[in-house]
Amino acid sequence: MAWQPVIGLECHVQLKTRSKMFCGCPNVFGAEPNGNVCPVCLGLPGALPRANEVAIEYALRLGTALDCRIRAESVFARKNYFYPDMPKNYQVTQYDRPLCEGGELPIVVGGEPRGIRLTRIHCEEDAGKSFHPERRGDRRLSRVDFNRAGVPLLELVTEPVLESPEACTAFLTALRRLVRWLGISDGDMEKGQLRCDANVSLRPAGSAALGTKTELKNLNSIKGVERGVAAEIARQSAVLASGERVTQATLLYDADHDRLAIMRTKEHAHDYRYFPDPDLPVLRVSESRRMAARASNPELPWAREARFRERYALPAYDAAVLTESRELSDYYEACVPEGHAKIASNWVMTELLRVLNDRDWSVADWSARVPAARFKEFLRRVAARELPGPVAKQVFGWLPAEPGTIAELLERHGVRVASGEEALRPLVRAVLEENPGPVAQVLAGRDATFGFLVGQVMKKSEGRAVPQEVQRLLREELAARSRA
Amino acid sequence: MSASETWRLPARAIAERVRSGRLSPAAAMESGFDGPGEHWERDVHALLSTDRDARERAAREAPRDAPLAGVPVLLKDNLCTRDHPTTCGSRILSGWRSPYDATVVRRLRQAGAVVVGKGNMDEFAMGSSTEFSAFGPTRNPYDLARVPGGSSGGPAAAVAYGLVPLALGSDTGGSVRQPAAFCGVLGLKPTYGRLSRYGLVAFGSSLDQVGVFARHVGDLAEGYRVLAGPDPFDASMREGPAPDVSGWGAGVSGIRFGWPANLWREGVDGAIVDALERAAAHLERGGATRVPFDFLPGTFAVATYYLLATAEASSNLARFDGIRYGHRHDAEDVGALYSLSRGEGFGPEVRRRILLGTYALSAGYHDEFYMKAQRARTRIAREFHEAFARCELLLLPTTPTLPFRLGEKTEDPLSMYLSDVFTIGANLAGIPGLSVPMGLTRERLPVAVQLLGPADGEPVLLRAARALECEGRTHVMSNGYEREFMWPGSR
Repeated sequence: MAWQPVIGLECHVQLKTRSKMFCGCPNVFGAEPNGNVCPVCLGLPGALPRANEVAIEYALRLGTALDCRIRAESVFARKNYFYPDMPKNYQVTQYDRPLCEGGELPIVVGGEPRGIRLTRIHCEEDAGKSFHPERRGDRRLSRVDFNRAGVPLLELVTEPVLESPEACTAFLTALRRLVRWLGISDGDMEKGQLRCDANVSLRPAGSAALGTKTELKNLNSIKGVERGVAAEIARQSAVLASGERVTQATLLYDADHDRLAIMRTKEHAHDYRYFPDPDLPVLRVSESRRMAARASNPELPWAREARFRERYALPAYDAAVLTESRELSDYYEACVPEGHAKIASNWVMTELLRVLNDRDWSVADWSARVPAARFKEFLRRVAARELPGPVAKQVFGWLPAEPGTIAELLERHGVRVASGEEALRPLVRAVLEENPGPVAQVLAGRDATFGFLVGQVMKKSEGRAVPQEVQRLLREELAARSRA
Repeated sequence: MSASETWRLPARAIAERVRSGRLSPAAAMESGFDGPGEHWERDVHALLSTDRDARERAAREAPRDAPLAGVPVLLKDNLCTRDHPTTCGSRILSGWRSPYDATVVRRLRQAGAVVVGKGNMDEFAMGSSTEFSAFGPTRNPYDLARVPGGSSGGPAAAVAYGLVPLALGSDTGGSVRQPAAFCGVLGLKPTYGRLSRYGLVAFGSSLDQVGVFARHVGDLAEGYRVLAGPDPFDASMREGPAPDVSGWGAGVSGIRFGWPANLWREGVDGAIVDALERAAAHLERGGATRVPFDFLPGTFAVATYYLLATAEASSNLARFDGIRYGHRHDAEDVGALYSLSRGEGFGPEVRRRILLGTYALSAGYHDEFYMKAQRARTRIAREFHEAFARCELLLLPTTPTLPFRLGEKTEDPLSMYLSDVFTIGANLAGIPGLSVPMGLTRERLPVAVQLLGPADGEPVLLRAARALECEGRTHVMSNGYEREFMWPGSR
């Protein structure tokens, strides 16, 4: 029997607010252990939470960007369970009345655009981190760092609508692009800023009913999600092929060994005893606040990607690469010379992105050195064939390193661009003089040799001539000779 | 009045003398410790902790030009203080020191009050007799064989015997009003959300409210005025400024008060019924009108309350796990560490309520218990609301019985719970309640009545209490509490 995988993702997005979700402690990574804590995020007796308005604003931005329904009244709830790195032994989250419901994220899988339907998005707080165990004499010792406790998270849950590991990758990549685009998270999975659990089940192809699902945890990179889900699909397929049933369980994926381990089965499922948190009032979002959040969102990445394809007639691939980040796409739009979108796209995608990767620069690092107007001038001259290939590459190399206009750079480095008839015609004539044999062949109709002559002129110009101009002048001179 | 009798003064009089330089905060404070403290504290055991250095430092640092300048105040031990331990009457927090002051404590200090120590209480405010303190019970200064009520028994008893003129407690189901009634002092539970809960160790968060004990209505009003008002650290507070209580002496002319016409089914002690009759008569003499009404939430309110309060408590008390603070029993694995630390740290009543609350929230019972109780709560609040459409306040007993004997109810939790029948309605509805002493019974036990008002009805409650206080002074029985407790040697 053919089995169809059905996957739902549960993602956690760490928000980059200045302070934590329910207290004023700084939300920063890398402080001294237990350096960013206060009575509230340590869960000291008597301390009370107060919701971070900026975190809620961020949730609204994401919710409106994804066309979710925003609840006018949503409720913070307590999820009760004991864990040493959870200070209150309950997590403040949202349960039956989340802030955002429905909505969808547009992605592309195998070249096909798809909308991935969402169940919900809600705000909650992160837990601290445990480190275990150390040995001290004959005692085992665990340590807990509460700096992360209380950091704001958005939980985003998809409907079970993803059908392959590749679709999961596409979803996470799109989600990461979106949260970065909106400026609400850095979305780095390796740093835990974006986390993902996957619910995986198989059903007979064409069937509407869902099979028994398992939950995969510990997927801490996009690749890890893809591999973990693939491994679980393979495991479940093998179970089903042997005529057995899949049992509901939570599994941990070990990316280093590409292995799955069962963490707990359904019999050990938690009873979280959710109830509304009496310390926090109902979260009310007025129509005007919802509208304002929507209005504050920039042009969304998929809209910009589509616009790039249409407005600039760019190939889908170019549009996708250029809209990988909002900064890059902004820069592209600011530097593209009218009518030369593809040339600009090529330079940005190959040369500019290479520099960013090589030097670990952000677009901002680049544009601080090469403002868009300056790069636009460069691209305009390249497009107008004023800078032949090798010169263009040289100039590109100088751009981030040195100040000055393109002309000043050329001047400073003593590069004369051999352009214009006065400069080129003598070279062309010299080459024709020096190569009577090939000239004769060309005049005899052997066009293949024409390229040789062009090459000779280029060589004489030390690569500074513009090939198209050389070709034109060569044809003129040859024509003159054939008449003679 | 000699210096040694300063403790007899109302809080406002102490503050006035401190402001004018005629009295030092240290002298005002030590007068309570040297006189009544010496005489009563050993027997009564109202205090869980008082640190001489800390209270003397507090006296030195207290602002002298402030509304409560130099007024000694005792705090229930579930209000966080930097300078005294905060134990909640529990072994699990034995010796724990908070790194911060509760908002109400901060406000008291800013207002010039001097925190003299921490008062005894039922463990985590769970109880009605202060017998469930892990550090031994408090006794009623009127009869040492009897309980002072609870859970704020320590602060109530200390105000009663004269250690301090003002004290703070907390009231989740009557824990200020009931001990106030048992100890013959005033006890105010304000409207939910008027006094910050930040730094009040939570029991039932949606019901908890900091309350005030005093011997004089004017002191109670001043305490409320200083403490009430928005606090950005407590998101559950009411918006806007607290009501103005400066008119507490304005009388009750024209006020309609509800009179519980059906009360007699509830098994109320005859002496309390008599006190209610006297109180109603006083109010009528002051120009108020009696409006008969049916006392609404009976035992079903008790059930509602004990489901919701324990559900919230089961979650609120989860943080006491031995990991970050408090009692820890080291063990090989974290599960054993939790159960040993909590099992040893919590007393029997707290364990019982955590179990009850966990059960009420559990899958399969959540709808039947917790959700049903929430619906009942909504209905109770609505019924109060409807009652207050017909009158400005309700006159009720604070308790069905007079102070009971130590040990009388500790083995019978249900009868202990039922003693809250008149007080829990105010917590469920979030409305203010005030217990007003009405003198002594023939057996020389304090007797009291309770006033309930609509949300933010504190001004009218204080006016009514003042009317009873004035009338009471001329009344043979009700002036008892003043005569007895102005003079500790009368024991």
